[in-house]
Amino acid sequence: MAIMIDETTPVIVQGFTGKIGSFHAEDMINYGTNIVGGVTPGKGGTTHLGKPVFNTVKDAVNATGATASILFVPPPFAADSVMEAADAGIKVCVAITDGIPTQDMMRVKRYMRRYKKEDRMHLTGPNCSGTISPERAMLGIMPGHIYMRGDIGIVGRSGTLGYEAASQMKKLGIGISTSVSIGGDPINGSSHRDILEMFEQDPETKAVMMIGEIGGPQEAEAGYFSRDHMTKPLVAYIAGLTAPKGRRMGHAGAIVSGSGESAAEKVAILKECGVYIAPTPSELGTTMAEVLAKAG
Amino acid sequence: MDIHEYQAKEILAEYGVPVGKGGLAYSPEQAVYRAKEIGGEVWAVKAQIHSGARGKAGGIKICKTDDEIFSSADELLGKTLVTHQTGPQGKICSRLYIEAGTDIDREIYFSLVVDRAHERVVLIASAEGGMEIEELAETNPDAILKVYVETAVGMLDFQARELAFALNIPKSAMSQAVATIKGCYRAMVELDANMVEINPLVITKDGNLIALDAKMGFDENALYRQQRIGELRDKSQEDHRETAASDRGLNYVGLDGDIGCMINGAGLAMASLDMIKLAGGEPANFLDIGGGATPDRVEKAFRLVLDDDNVVVMLVNIFAGINRCDWVAEGVVRAAKKLNIKIPLIVRLSGTNVEEGRKIIIDSGLPIITAETLAEAANRAVEERNKAVGQ
Repeated sequence: MAIMIDETTPVIVQGFTGKIGSFHAEDMINYGTNIVGGVTPGKGGTTHLGKPVFNTVKDAVNATGATASILFVPPPFAADSVMEAADAGIKVCVAITDGIPTQDMMRVKRYMRRYKKEDRMHLTGPNCSGTISPERAMLGIMPGHIYMRGDIGIVGRSGTLGYEAASQMKKLGIGISTSVSIGGDPINGSSHRDILEMFEQDPETKAVMMIGEIGGPQEAEAGYFSRDHMTKPLVAYIAGLTAPKGRRMGHAGAIVSGSGESAAEKVAILKECGVYIAPTPSELGTTMAEVLAKAG
Repeated sequence: MDIHEYQAKEILAEYGVPVGKGGLAYSPEQAVYRAKEIGGEVWAVKAQIHSGARGKAGGIKICKTDDEIFSSADELLGKTLVTHQTGPQGKICSRLYIEAGTDIDREIYFSLVVDRAHERVVLIASAEGGMEIEELAETNPDAILKVYVETAVGMLDFQARELAFALNIPKSAMSQAVATIKGCYRAMVELDANMVEINPLVITKDGNLIALDAKMGFDENALYRQQRIGELRDKSQEDHRETAASDRGLNYVGLDGDIGCMINGAGLAMASLDMIKLAGGEPANFLDIGGGATPDRVEKAFRLVLDDDNVVVMLVNIFAGINRCDWVAEGVVRAAKKLNIKIPLIVRLSGTNVEEGRKIIIDSGLPIITAETLAEAANRAVEERNKAVGQ
């Protein structure tokens, strides 16, 4: 089933009845996502966009059998909503919300360790554009039409740069199994490595593109994982070659604060690990095409 | 968001961290008066700017007489200090902190930061104080001690004790050390700080512990629940263009080049800047206009970029998802007309409603250069830039 989601995955929307939640819920329904309801505390028992609204995630899960959720809850309440989803037995949760305090995310990550790894919810985000298995289901805010179904996995921090990758590949006739945005925050639900692990096990994914950026240790970790545990080719691009040290480039996590965190250093580590590097952001598609041709 | 040394000390003192006697001064006269209030025979006159390494930049003066205090204060007030943390433009000093002199026996490095790999707070300390942690990491990495704090239970007494013993804290200062370690952690968590640094933390000749310097940085995403911290913001310490941008809800970072940029999405913005550099140009700024690129927002973004006199061409790169290309194109055309933009404007649109967007730009009759791909856009921008500066 690609990874994370497909057309059968029952999905609920947390923050369903708000303006942003409504807008994207409609878009996801139109794309073919199996949205089975939503949660807005205090509005349980009503109907929105033709779907039932529940007061709690537990109620929604009990009534609909939902296994995935997407979250449009405002930052002050978002961390609580993520933990509510984890506690209600949701398996895949995408947190779109931008602006969750770092301390809140540390608590979320600690809280989630109370579940055994195999039972633990797969959280992606926050501050991400979501996950899409093209022509099947979309759990995010991306323009669905730029993605073509195929067998390449994408994992990236950025939303728009992920769109750039998907559309460059589409022009070359290369399709996507699943594209996952892990978000631009310093502490996030899933790392590049976590997603690579899933792509490695997914029979429908043949190769993976990773779009990283400056700041943090996750791209290097992904490189070592690829070297030690992956059979599938990995193509990577790291944004921020020109970013000055100590300046935050848009994303809360995009800041070079220590050694190993600059784009050049990350590229050097990835190369050492045998990862294919797309030299420029306009060669994401062509680099993947070359790697696929070489692999046969 | 950063705050000044004197503000950090005031906060940390409330959390049980021992600090020296001191007071704030805005004029040389006030500085002399503060020294009298504090008493003693030696004082430090310290420039309050948002940067470390102020000593090396001449921002800290040790004084023994009223005259010395007066002339040091006179020199520092209004001065722009350049350290390796401020960038070449430096930061202006408009406040001074006058502090009682300390008889230093030895210096310790001490800080708390968020460790992204372990997803928790880590305390970093070294008995080899008196230098920056980056320096220490290179010259003597084995002298760096790390204590990871379990988020669920916080800093434990035994961890604080272990660290204090490892730092060879004298018996006389043991309880001060434990209070400092636990207090800094509590301040970090309760106030949503992402960094607390005391460099140096000193042992005095009479066996006491004192935070000689203090630095705190805060998580801007949490300011909504930290009103008191928000009020400590000093805009004179920020790049005025970045302040103007954040007041308008835009994400801007000023850079040194001459190609102005307006892009949606932080990742695509970084990638576009890389592309300009690879094409042989230098970006003037990073600017992410984010999701809802309404005409109003586009206009504000244009104003911000063009406010920089170095900008000789401008590149717009939008990959529209929620933003539809036709909306963005309308905004660009409107802003270009309204602001009467004279410099070359290169626009690359992609994504939702791209054809409609391009048509709006072509039909506008404005001399806007359109590009299809990221590479083409960057190359055109650099070409136009070279023409503009006569190369």
